[in-house]
Amino acid sequence: MPLLTIKNLKKSFVDPAGGRKNVLDIPNLEVEPGQELAIKGISGSGKTTFLNVISGILKPDSGAVEISGISISELNEAKRDKFRAKNIGYIFQTFNLLQGFSALENVCLGSYLSGKTNKARSIELLKKVGLADRLHYKPSALSTGQQQRVAVARALVNNPPLVIADEPTGNLDPDSALNALSIIRNQCRDEGAALLLVSHDSRILDLFSENLDFADINLAIREGKEKEK
Amino acid sequence: MNIPFLVFKSIRQHWVSTLVTIISLSLATGLMLTVWILQSQAQKVFAESNSGFDAVLGARGSKLQLVLNCLYHLEQSPGNIEWQDYLDIKKDKRIAKAIPLAVGDNLYGFRIVGTTTNVFYSPENPKLGGFKIEKGGRPFSESRMEAVVGSYVAQSVKGLKVGSTFRPYHGLRFDPNDQHSEVYVVTGIMEPTNSPADRAIWIPISGVQNMKGHAVETSDQLSGVLLKLVSPTVGQMLDLQYNRQGNRLTLAWPVASIVSELFNKVSWFDRLLQGVAMLVGLVAVGSVLASVYNSMNERKRDIAIMRALGASRSKVVTQILSECGFIGIAGSLFGIIIYALLMQVGSEILREKTGVVLSIAYFHPSLFIAPMSMTLASIFAGILPAMKAYRSPVAENILPIA
Repeated sequence: MPLLTIKNLKKSFVDPAGGRKNVLDIPNLEVEPGQELAIKGISGSGKTTFLNVISGILKPDSGAVEISGISISELNEAKRDKFRAKNIGYIFQTFNLLQGFSALENVCLGSYLSGKTNKARSIELLKKVGLADRLHYKPSALSTGQQQRVAVARALVNNPPLVIADEPTGNLDPDSALNALSIIRNQCRDEGAALLLVSHDSRILDLFSENLDFADINLAIREGKEKEK
Repeated sequence: MNIPFLVFKSIRQHWVSTLVTIISLSLATGLMLTVWILQSQAQKVFAESNSGFDAVLGARGSKLQLVLNCLYHLEQSPGNIEWQDYLDIKKDKRIAKAIPLAVGDNLYGFRIVGTTTNVFYSPENPKLGGFKIEKGGRPFSESRMEAVVGSYVAQSVKGLKVGSTFRPYHGLRFDPNDQHSEVYVVTGIMEPTNSPADRAIWIPISGVQNMKGHAVETSDQLSGVLLKLVSPTVGQMLDLQYNRQGNRLTLAWPVASIVSELFNKVSWFDRLLQGVAMLVGLVAVGSVLASVYNSMNERKRDIAIMRALGASRSKVVTQILSECGFIGIAGSLFGIIIYALLMQVGSEILREKTGVVLSIAYFHPSLFIAPMSMTLASIFAGILPAMKAYRSPVAENILPIA
């Protein structure tokens, strides 16, 4: 049984002219448990919207997103929030760490929002990503690479079956990007989590054995191009 | 990790604006408590500061003026009565104790009161009460130029102790150029009574009546007579006798309700102060709203991050309201401290002016009501920013900053 199943997923926004612009039109996509899948897409193609819909931050106009057999698009917002906290680890391009919190507190926050603060697990993960001596450092005192590692630890703190990563290396230099990606993949493998990564960086995507072009799975991109012609 | 921890973190990030808001709430709470409690306690303590007397008999005129002059040692005398009036009422079996008073002189502004030794406590007749004298002192002798000094006077006038001497000044207001030649010896210091009696100097009545420079025709006159009644019903009988049927004397009874007249006369000022205090309170609550609402723009990204990590809208709202509640509680607690400080100053001024002592430990319902109201109002003020956070779009606010 697939971990993530997407069927006929559609999402549109109101454009500045007042009309509706289709952003997502994905007939079908599946991700198996423990699978690593990279999706390539250019900036502005709707990758972040796609991940926000998968994670339940945004609700689709129609279609279904099922994770572990639960159709999250049918859950009410409060239940989606709870489901997201427990089942989805989200790694953002800009890390999105809370600046007033230490590295440990940022990771603990992830577990707190899922229902129970797990300090021991947070420390364990931070040690695994090489930040044992930076537990109490604020994000501003960490390098960008270290901040990304905190974000990885936070995404994994609740043992989620699915980790989604939105341009996770977009803010890093090439060497740090490869290093960060290696940490993300290794940690997901260690934890048995499936990884769904979106990026526009082909050097990163080439490292994945399974990768898709967002334009191939999202009919809204093709439709947009045809309209432009 | 829990909501208080998140509140603490948030407050630490905005500590300057939070501190200013807490100070503003503290001042408002302190001011409101002081205005309410000072007025209420002062009225109560004034009404109870009758030094154990139930009524005052004096010249025809204002009852309030009579009470203020004879019991509180304030105001001018409404006029004099004859010594015979004192003798008549003293003989009345309905009167447990009658103390004649004559005023007209001062020592550095403290009133000198001529009276008899009956004003002092007598171990032979403890039921009648009276002012007690500190160890090492004794009541004055009615035939000598001796004095017993109130505790506050002894504390305020340097060198005034048992055995020391002084020369009274003429009139009720201190004029350094108008001093009598008589020399009085202090024979005792009164134990503190926390009443206006502490601000008086007690000498034999003949001393005031016969002081050089006083009018000869007043030598057998009195300012008033303090009365302790055998029972409360006597007051009604005497009221009928002196106030309704008579037209020469005034009986001021009951003292407490006459004192409350004084407070009724200045009640408009109390209401004005209360209005100002309420206004300050409203402004302070408004500052909570402004401070937290303004911080929402800075915090929208943090809120979006928390929401993206799984925080529900209700959790975010709870955090914002808890933050406002914390500001309200902190402001109220510091407000109580400010109230205690203001009360200390107010109490000292009142003691200096009247001898009446107010207590900081005095219980008043507003000690609960004001802090609770300020806390609830702060939480209420948090509703608008909380709604802003509630409606905050996660997907938009979490986007990378350009």
